[in-house]
Amino acid sequence: MININEVLETNEMIERENLDVRTITIGISLLDCMTSDLDSLNQNIYNKITTVAAKLSDTAKTIEGQYGIPIVNKRISVTPIGIVGSSACKSIDDYVSIAKTMDKAAAKVGADLIGGYSAIVSKGMTPAEETLIKSIPKALTSTTRVCSSVALASSKTGINMDAVRLMGQIILEIADLSKDRDSVDCMKLVVFCNAVDDNPFMAGAFHGVSEADAVINVGVSGPGVVKNALESVRGESFEVLCETIKKTAFKVTRVGQLVAKEASKMLDIPFGIVDLSLAPTPAIGDSVADILCEMGLEYAGAPGTTAALALLNDQVKNGGMMASSYVGGLSGAFIPVSEDQGMINAVEAGAITLEKLEAMTCVCSVGLDMIAIPGSTKATTISGVIADEMALGMVNQKTTAVRIIPVIGKDVGDTVEFGGLFGYAPIMEVNKYSCDDFINRTGRITRPVHSFKN
Amino acid sequence: MEKIIITVVGKDTVGIIAKVSTYLADIGVNILDISQTIVSGFFNMIMIADRADSSVDFNTCQEALDKLGEEIGVQIKCQKEEIFDMMHRI
Repeated sequence: MININEVLETNEMIERENLDVRTITIGISLLDCMTSDLDSLNQNIYNKITTVAAKLSDTAKTIEGQYGIPIVNKRISVTPIGIVGSSACKSIDDYVSIAKTMDKAAAKVGADLIGGYSAIVSKGMTPAEETLIKSIPKALTSTTRVCSSVALASSKTGINMDAVRLMGQIILEIADLSKDRDSVDCMKLVVFCNAVDDNPFMAGAFHGVSEADAVINVGVSGPGVVKNALESVRGESFEVLCETIKKTAFKVTRVGQLVAKEASKMLDIPFGIVDLSLAPTPAIGDSVADILCEMGLEYAGAPGTTAALALLNDQVKNGGMMASSYVGGLSGAFIPVSEDQGMINAVEAGAITLEKLEAMTCVCSVGLDMIAIPGSTKATTISGVIADEMALGMVNQKTTAVRIIPVIGKDVGDTVEFGGLFGYAPIMEVNKYSCDDFINRTGRITRPVHSFKN
Repeated sequence: MEKIIITVVGKDTVGIIAKVSTYLADIGVNILDISQTIVSGFFNMIMIADRADSSVDFNTCQEALDKLGEEIGVQIKCQKEEIFDMMHRI
């Protein structure tokens, strides 16, 4: 039988160390909504989302009550709209009407965010997908809950540099349209290399075409729990360090597995995956950077940071895989800047640069995340940063991403406030030398050789 | 068997266990195990109980215990057992 110490340990994790279920995300296929008539398409999408996800909020609330674990977000991901809208949408405004429908449907069922305003263009763009991408600025600035992602590259297809160039301009356009609010709408867009079909986290969640009609994916998180566990093994060997992270990750993921199974049963939707990602929030003690410091670094960004992060990421996966029958999504450590107080401190101390963050993304679960840069940054420079990150993912056969916010009217030395879970960020310096001629070339970078690696 | 875990945390005072167990008896919840400890000066008690034959549903029981906790001046939590089982048992 469960003993008192086990009960107290679990409740301590929840109450003091910010253990939570970060999100329950229902993936919904919209393939059966497709038609060439825009009005019927919008109606079909609204009906499908509001039917399948009707009980989302109530279910989350019930689970929260029964197990005493907070469920921070309820979300929906849908089939990439670049596919769904391909026959009905002839213009930017046609696509924006779908974004508004998604927004309305998400609000109706009480979902915090809805992802899938997306296009998969890692090798080439259809005219429909190009129109969708061009509609992203208007879609994101005229809705509140819609999130967008664009897959620009993969290890199998190479990097679509035409799309990379276009995304540099799109990101600046979103920044400009939301400049009176510190360009915040940029944080609802992420670009990917090797995008995954079952990611429950935003802004990058979409319901891949390989998925079933509807599926429950759960993201669970607890950087504070890991940090706290590590406090008890200060000065111990790497073996003890790894073992401690692994055991903690196991416990955290088990909670995700329980919640996913319960939600699946209550909603009568099949269980997809548990994503164990150490996703920080600005709350004190809920930081991935603090875990790195607890391992023995003065600040995140100090020499040794990449090694420490690699260790952390791998042990999280080790523990997670034992804990759940289906671990998926991105499972690993996220290193967003604005959402992590330890990371913000590192930037303010000058301990971490964009280049170091790029190196860290080679070994963590995603990529350059929630980084504010000067609003005067050129579109080609943003595309250059994206191209570098895509290359890392392509060659290393991992998911990488860029979610960057050029804040119009602000420069290095300023800070920008995103609010709530998104935190605040000091504006980071971007290498000022030009890559115009490289980015302005057309076509794509070919996929890498998969053996003969040196 | 439908096990629930009731946790009481707060300043020690006379009659905490009596009041909680009286309520549980009233609604037909059977107590299986009780243990208590003092952590950093605070009274910590857990009860493992079976609510399979309870006359009220889980939410009602949870709300009533919450209210009872306020009256006594302690925090009373009521959770289903699975979360602890999942985390601490393979």
